[in-house]
Amino acid sequence: MIAVNAIDITLPLTPEIISSLNPGDIVRITGTVYTARDAAHKRVTESLANGEPLPFDLVGQTIYYAGPAPAKPGHVVGPCGPTTSARMDAYTPQLIKAGLRGMIGKGERSDAVRGAMREYGAIYFGVVGGAAALIARCVKRCALVAYKDLGTEAIRRLDVEDMVAVVLDKG
Amino acid sequence: MRIIQASEVEALIKQLILDAEFNIGDDIRSALQTALLRETTAPARLALEQILENQRIAASEQTPLCQDTGMIVVFAYLGQDVHIDGGFEEAIQSGARSAFHEGYLRASVVADPLFDRINTRDNSPAIIHLRLLPDDDNLRLLVIPKGFGSENMSAIRMFPPSAGRDGVVDFIVDTVRRAGSKPCPPTIIGVGIGGTFEQCAQIAKLATARRVGSINPDERYAALESECLERVNALGIGPAGYGGITTALAVHISCVPTHIAGMPVAVNIVCHASRHSEGSL
Ligand code: SF4
Repeated sequence: MIAVNAIDITLPLTPEIISSLNPGDIVRITGTVYTARDAAHKRVTESLANGEPLPFDLVGQTIYYAGPAPAKPGHVVGPCGPTTSARMDAYTPQLIKAGLRGMIGKGERSDAVRGAMREYGAIYFGVVGGAAALIARCVKRCALVAYKDLGTEAIRRLDVEDMVAVVLDKG
Repeated sequence: MRIIQASEVEALIKQLILDAEFNIGDDIRSALQTALLRETTAPARLALEQILENQRIAASEQTPLCQDTGMIVVFAYLGQDVHIDGGFEEAIQSGARSAFHEGYLRASVVADPLFDRINTRDNSPAIIHLRLLPDDDNLRLLVIPKGFGSENMSAIRMFPPSAGRDGVVDFIVDTVRRAGSKPCPPTIIGVGIGGTFEQCAQIAKLATARRVGSINPDERYAALESECLERVNALGIGPAGYGGITTALAVHISCVPTHIAGMPVAVNIVCHASRHSEGSL
C-alpha cells in the first residue's frame, strides 16, 4: 500500500464535491463508475441522437475509460487500467450535456471537452496508465451493464474503493 | 541439419509471451527506481510508486502488467541449418493463442481495421518478422506484445538528407511533445534512421527492446541519444503526464543504410510497461 496524502471522495459526484477540488489534487475515489471505451461511446451517442433510452442513467455519473482484461477465476476483474481519453473526445461533449459529470482516464482532452466541462461543471481525473493490476485491486464488484457483444469494450458497472487519482481538469 | 519440432516453437512462444506480460525487465524497473529518487513533486512520485507497485503485483500474482496486453509481435531469427518439423507460422499463432487463453490476456485485435472492426476474440493474429541466419542451427525468438496507447503516438517521416542531425532531433522531440501523456510515460523511445519506409519502422520497433541503460556503440549516436533524452525530459510531461523530469527513460537509436535521396526517421514509442522477452531453441 502506497502512503499518500489524498482527499477522500465518494461518488456520485455533487456540484459541491466538484467545486471543492482543484487540478493537481490527489483524491481517493470510492463508489460506482461505468466503463466505456470507443465502441460503447459510439453506441451511447447514437442512442442519444435517436432519443432512445440509454443502458444506464448518465445523470451525475462517472465514466471510467477502461476495457479490463478477463478476470482470472476467483478475481473480480482482470487488470483494469485507463485507456487514452482523447479517443472519446468526439463523443464526450454530448455525454456531458446529457448529464455525465465525472471522467476517469489518461491523457489530455480536447478544447471542446474542456469547454463542455466548464459549461456544465464536470471534472476529469487521471489514473496512472499501465498501473492496471494495482487498479484492479480497487475494484470490489464488477457487473456487465450493456453491449456484451463488444467484449472488453462492453459497459460494466464497477464498485471501486480507494482508487487513487489526480484531478487533471474541471469546469 | 538440426530438427526442431513445431510443438517446441509453440511452447516457447507461449512461455515468452506470458513472461513478457507478467514480468517487467530489471533494467526498466531500476530506471524507474532511479527516476523516483529524482522526482520531487507529489503527483510524479505517486505515479512512479504506483507503477513500481503494479510491477510487484503483476509478478507476484502472475497477472498482466497492463490490461492492454497488446498485439503480439514476434521477431524470429532462424538458422539456415535448422529444419522445422511442422508448420512454423502456425506454431507461432497457436502458441500466441494458448498464451491468450492461459494468461487471461485481453482480446485486443479486430479483423477488419476500417469497416466491421469485429474482434477476433483470441487476440490473433500475431505479427511475424522472420530472418534467416547463415551458418547457424538455432532459432532465436524475440516477442514484443505491443499496446496501442503508445503505438498510436508513434510517427514516421521521410526526410530529405539535408534535414540533418537537427531535423532528426526536432522530429523526435516533437513526436514526444505531441504524444503528451497518452503513451503512458515514462516511455522508451525507439528510433529508426535510414532504410526504406518499412525497414525504418521495423528497426525502430527493435530499438525499443534494447536494454535500458545500454550505450550505443557508435559514439555519435550515443551522443544523439543523450541529447534527445535530455530534450524530451525537459518537456515537463513527467510520469503519467503529472508533470516532472522523467518523460522518457531512454532514447534508443538504430540505423541502417539508406538511399542517396532520403533519410527516413521512425519514432516508435513504448510505455513504461515495455514488454519483451527473448528465448532460443
Ligand atoms: S500505453 Fe502501455 S501502459 Fe499504457 S495502457 Fe497501453 S499498454 Fe498499457
